[in-house]
Amino acid sequence: MSHSAAPYPRTKTAGATGAPCMPDVPDPLHGSVADAPDGISPALEARGISLIYGSGPTAVHAVNDVDIAVHPGEMLALMGPSGSGKTTLLMVLGCLLRASAGSVRVEGRDTSGLPKAELSRLRLTRMGFIFQSYNLFPALTALENVQLALELKGYDLKEGQKLLQRVGLGGRLGNYPRQLSGGEKQRVAIARALAGYPAILLADEPTAALDSSNGRAVVRLLADLSHDLGRATIIVTHDPRIGDLSDRVVHMEDGRILA
Amino acid sequence: MPERRGQTPLWGSRMAWLLAWRNLAHDRSRFAVTLVGIIFAVVLIAMQLGLFLGFTDSATVIIRHTQADFWVVTRGTLNFEIALPMSERELHIVRSLPGVDRAERFLVQFVPWKKPTGGDESIILIGFDLNSGLAGPWNLREGRLEDLRLPDAVIIDQVYQDKLGVDRLGTETEIRGLRARVVGITQGIRSFTTSPWVFTPFRNAQRLAGLEPEEANYVIGTFSPGADQRQVRDALAQALPRSDVYLSEDFAARTRDYWMFTTGAGAAVLVSALLGLLVGAVIVAQVLYATTVDHLTEFGTLSAMGAPRHFIYRVILGQAAISATLGHLPGIGISLLLAHLSQYSAAMVIIPWELAIGLYGVTLGMCLLASVVSIRKAMRIDPAMVFQK
Repeated sequence: MSHSAAPYPRTKTAGATGAPCMPDVPDPLHGSVADAPDGISPALEARGISLIYGSGPTAVHAVNDVDIAVHPGEMLALMGPSGSGKTTLLMVLGCLLRASAGSVRVEGRDTSGLPKAELSRLRLTRMGFIFQSYNLFPALTALENVQLALELKGYDLKEGQKLLQRVGLGGRLGNYPRQLSGGEKQRVAIARALAGYPAILLADEPTAALDSSNGRAVVRLLADLSHDLGRATIIVTHDPRIGDLSDRVVHMEDGRILA
Repeated sequence: MPERRGQTPLWGSRMAWLLAWRNLAHDRSRFAVTLVGIIFAVVLIAMQLGLFLGFTDSATVIIRHTQADFWVVTRGTLNFEIALPMSERELHIVRSLPGVDRAERFLVQFVPWKKPTGGDESIILIGFDLNSGLAGPWNLREGRLEDLRLPDAVIIDQVYQDKLGVDRLGTETEIRGLRARVVGITQGIRSFTTSPWVFTPFRNAQRLAGLEPEEANYVIGTFSPGADQRQVRDALAQALPRSDVYLSEDFAARTRDYWMFTTGAGAAVLVSALLGLLVGAVIVAQVLYATTVDHLTEFGTLSAMGAPRHFIYRVILGQAAISATLGHLPGIGISLLLAHLSQYSAAMVIIPWELAIGLYGVTLGMCLLASVVSIRKAMRIDPAMVFQK
């Protein structure tokens, strides 16, 4: 029996532009992606994912038989207590960890048998990551942090300025991370993740290090970008307020998705 | 939506170089330590190799400055400074052979020099034919070569003035108990051994060295124009069974090899240069490794983002290349300055431009090699680590 994310009723329907954010999300429990209403394929889809550390009686099921899918333009919040397997699942979805069982499909492409270098390439070209501790390069300015990602992805470095303007940091291009507030750092990290406009954004506790208002602003920004640009976004969070701004919330506990 | 430009060129990555530079410059005190280490290594290597070249130069300088094409020496002679006497017969045989244009006797002999200020010094007396112009001192700073025609006249080098107790022209002293007078002072004619060279006309040298009138150490000469040098040399060797015959460059090479390799003097210098390389590599490796460890999270972030391995190589190798370049420039500058100052000392340091440029290659290689450990460390990072912080 697979445990999967039930379709979560959208709490908001439009981004900053007021455009409809996504079509109704198909329930992965019932039918394949190809069967989804309106024919929208998921950007990221996992089926029967398990991740087991160790073996025998001491084996730990960090992720246990999970099905999940996220569609273009959808922002999904992955919530649950510490140790519930959220971040581990995010790492599996982000092709950073190989699942012990099950498959992950990125824009329809099965990643199971791909070599490490190909997985890296997939992350680089199709995904953007946002980390809890920002993980900016302290020796580079805000603009250079974004340009680094642009160069890695093979895009024109001039795009960096536009991306930072998009996240409201057009006036902080030359500032180093140490000269930015927590909220600003996370905005730079979002701009960096958006470099090359990847199909999927994966955010691990992006508001954990921020105060309430900054946290909310960052999540709102992510939701708007996700909707405006049609990116599939997964946010791992403890913060129940993020759920209000997400299109769908999935709860995890003991490595399983709660029905 | 912006368009992709395609893959970034392997070495044309602006951001990899920028990140490499900023990673280094971010911690200025550590970077300063790195540079000091590299400068130290460069100076050490340059000075040791420069000393080696200086030694080889001074070991063969007299041979190279003669106009002679060939040298006839007593069989088994290993180097220029130490040769057994030979009779005048050899000179006559040499002169009689076709293909020989000119030939004359030449003398090299260790003798004691009594310092006017007290005490004795060992010197190497050089006796040459003043009339032929085949050999003799050069770079005269004071006095004239013609002054050697005066009785008891000798010429010394300014480097050894203090050592020989000579403060001015005309200073009188004793060589092996016989009177000698300094009539000229040269510049930059150094001896490889600790004994200074003292030039004097052949007959006077014979007298001062206590040799018989028919004795000399060497017969030197020139080939006739158009003569096959190797053929004439072989003919000389056949005609002189108790002697060895060398072309000038071969005798210079034999002398150089003797002092540099047979005695171990050169090996000691080269080992010191190698140690400099090793010390430099260890210092650079340590600092680059520490820098890499400091930036592990960043390399992990790059890895998580999907950066290709060669980008991370480029950052670390870029750090090494920047360190090498910025360490080499002042290092070689200091070395060139010291080499310039060595003109006034007994130990000449020679750093030709080929060595200066070649040393950049060595420094770069040393730094790149030192970064291997850092690359291995960075490559072992699990990109998942960035989610676990």
